[in-house]
Amino acid sequence: MDSKDASGLYRTILMKPGKHLLRSSIFIIALFLFPALAEPQTVSQEVCLSCHGAPGLQKVRQGKSVSLHVEAEKFSRSVHAPLGCAVCHSDAAKIPHASELKPVQCAACHGNTLQAYAQSVHGKASAKGDGDAATCSDCHGRHDILRTKDPNSQVYPLNLPRTCGACHGDPELARRHRIPVTNAYQLYMDSIHGRALTKSGLLVAANCVSCHGSHGIRPSNDPESKVYRTTIPATCGNCHAGIHTDYFEGVHGRSVKAGSQVAPVCIDCHTAHEIRRVEMEAWKLEIVRECGSCHRESLRTYRDTFHGQVTSLGFARVARCSDCHGSHRILPASDRASSVAPVNLVSTCKKCHPEANENFVRFLPHADPSDKQKNPGLYYAARFMDSLLVGVFLFFGIHTSLWMFRSTMAGWRRKPPDEREEPVEPDKENGDEERKP
Amino acid sequence: MKSENPEPGPKYYLRIELYHRLVHGVLMASFLGLAATGMPLRFGQSTWAIELTRAVGGFGTVLVLHKIFAFLLTLCFLLHVGYIFYLAFVRGEIGVFWGPTSTVPQPKDFLEMFQHFRWFFAMGPKPQFGRFTYWEKFDYWAVFWGMAIIGTSGYVMWFSSFFGKFLPGWLFNIALLIHADEALLAVWFIFTIHFFNSHLRPEKFPIDLVIFTGRVSEEELQKERPAEFERLSGEGTLEAIQASAPPLWLKNLGRLIGFSVIVVGFLLFGLTLLAFLSE
Repeated sequence: MDSKDASGLYRTILMKPGKHLLRSSIFIIALFLFPALAEPQTVSQEVCLSCHGAPGLQKVRQGKSVSLHVEAEKFSRSVHAPLGCAVCHSDAAKIPHASELKPVQCAACHGNTLQAYAQSVHGKASAKGDGDAATCSDCHGRHDILRTKDPNSQVYPLNLPRTCGACHGDPELARRHRIPVTNAYQLYMDSIHGRALTKSGLLVAANCVSCHGSHGIRPSNDPESKVYRTTIPATCGNCHAGIHTDYFEGVHGRSVKAGSQVAPVCIDCHTAHEIRRVEMEAWKLEIVRECGSCHRESLRTYRDTFHGQVTSLGFARVARCSDCHGSHRILPASDRASSVAPVNLVSTCKKCHPEANENFVRFLPHADPSDKQKNPGLYYAARFMDSLLVGVFLFFGIHTSLWMFRSTMAGWRRKPPDEREEPVEPDKENGDEERKP
Repeated sequence: MKSENPEPGPKYYLRIELYHRLVHGVLMASFLGLAATGMPLRFGQSTWAIELTRAVGGFGTVLVLHKIFAFLLTLCFLLHVGYIFYLAFVRGEIGVFWGPTSTVPQPKDFLEMFQHFRWFFAMGPKPQFGRFTYWEKFDYWAVFWGMAIIGTSGYVMWFSSFFGKFLPGWLFNIALLIHADEALLAVWFIFTIHFFNSHLRPEKFPIDLVIFTGRVSEEELQKERPAEFERLSGEGTLEAIQASAPPLWLKNLGRLIGFSVIVVGFLLFGLTLLAFLSE
């Protein structure tokens, strides 16, 4: 909001142009404390409601009918009720008022909030004249604004997702504004956070605001954003403090701290909006593929083992990446504290194979049969099996093809009378053909 | 074909005893079962493998079934080896190890293979095959070797905790590789080469029922295994194995089982080949 607009705000409040800021503020506070002070200049709420209290009161603006009805009962419960009508609708302080009133300027009171909003993705879009961008009233309501802590408020934690979802559950709107996540609301409601909120009614469950902020929401590619790639661990860590510590001790967290843009952050494995319970079978299997999207070679060699084959089939009963490497606090094998450090292998394998010993853990969970140096036994076994397969099918492929050809030819050329099949003499065959037409 | 027998209709001779037919039946069933429950794991990335595993009731079920079939096949293997030892050392039929009735490759097998190739190119007559032809012996030893190697590697993996006590862990990697590759070789071999050699070639198409009925006609024996016919005639044992014509119900049962196995086999061959090529 620029300075011209801001000065207009005070004009609106004081109904006198160009007054001093301090005086304006005092006046506003005074208005709040002693609504009667406004009396001489304003009509009473009852007067306003004598018209606007009537259901169905409406007018036509730009061809659309706009309701002018104010529900007195709702307004009386709103946080702004003590202000009366004219504090916000200053140009309606005297009746008859103009046929078209100026928009209500919330920033007159909520200046700091407006500053944050002006820098937000919604504020910027709104300043550009984008009618879809959320403004104060889209989230907070109009005459029925309640305190955030009021369970009936549109921005009460349990109600907030529905409020944001009014826009962010509309794929059409998302496409129009090139919002990458077209159905954030639906995804969120099915997520572990959404369920905690809707099913369990947990106020502590992360809602939209917990991750994105409220008035100062910025797009994820803005380094100031709470959901900027490298800021995400800190944002999630606001609640998941223990995981936050583990994560930054592990290789991925350390890379992120060192400035890596590719090292995985929370959402790469858990996703942003559709976060699921980690006990769910489908998630357990997808996460293997997710690790493999960076660790391609490790996934390829894992798939060649029994563990990898079973998970590929869709069953998570066997070892997955995290069972051996850990999840948040992944350490390189060279670190003695790592679960895959040679000294810890027996105890790591023992989690599933209670009888594992030093011999047993010489198993290669990422065996590569093409690596002669590392796995000579496997290499030669693979070469032998390949040769056997090729040799057998080469020989019998040729053998069978020749046999097939010869037998077919023999069958066509001559049908000796001692064949089991009905003897078919060439002349008889011809005779059949002649008879046909 | 001139028959000395005044009775009408062709003469039949017993070629495969009931015991062997039964063992072959169990072998066939367990082999199919092992292929159907093992190949999905080998090609775990394929949709059909995933769907099949789900349909059966999950990987746990597949593994249990695989082990049941493995046990059955092991039983076949042991029964057969036991039978061979019984023949050789109890009944003193050392011929089981060497000679015209042995499945052990003989010099004449290599000669017959060479002659057979000559016949393929129309450069000579068909060889005078005996009781077992060289491709039948290959089938036999392929299955024998296959059971030994797949079985051993399978049991090593099944009882990995036990074997891990004295074997290095990387042997499990080799065990899985050999188990899977040898199984693939076996499955493809049986469902293509064996099917063709024994059933689908023009002389036998669509099925050779001898493995179900156990009986061959005199004409068939004479034409396809002249050396065997000569030997049996010469020894005078031909009459001893003379049998009645196979009953229709047995032939139909054989057709039912045989065609089912061929269809399932082809299906498995197609699916595994497709998955193999898209790897």
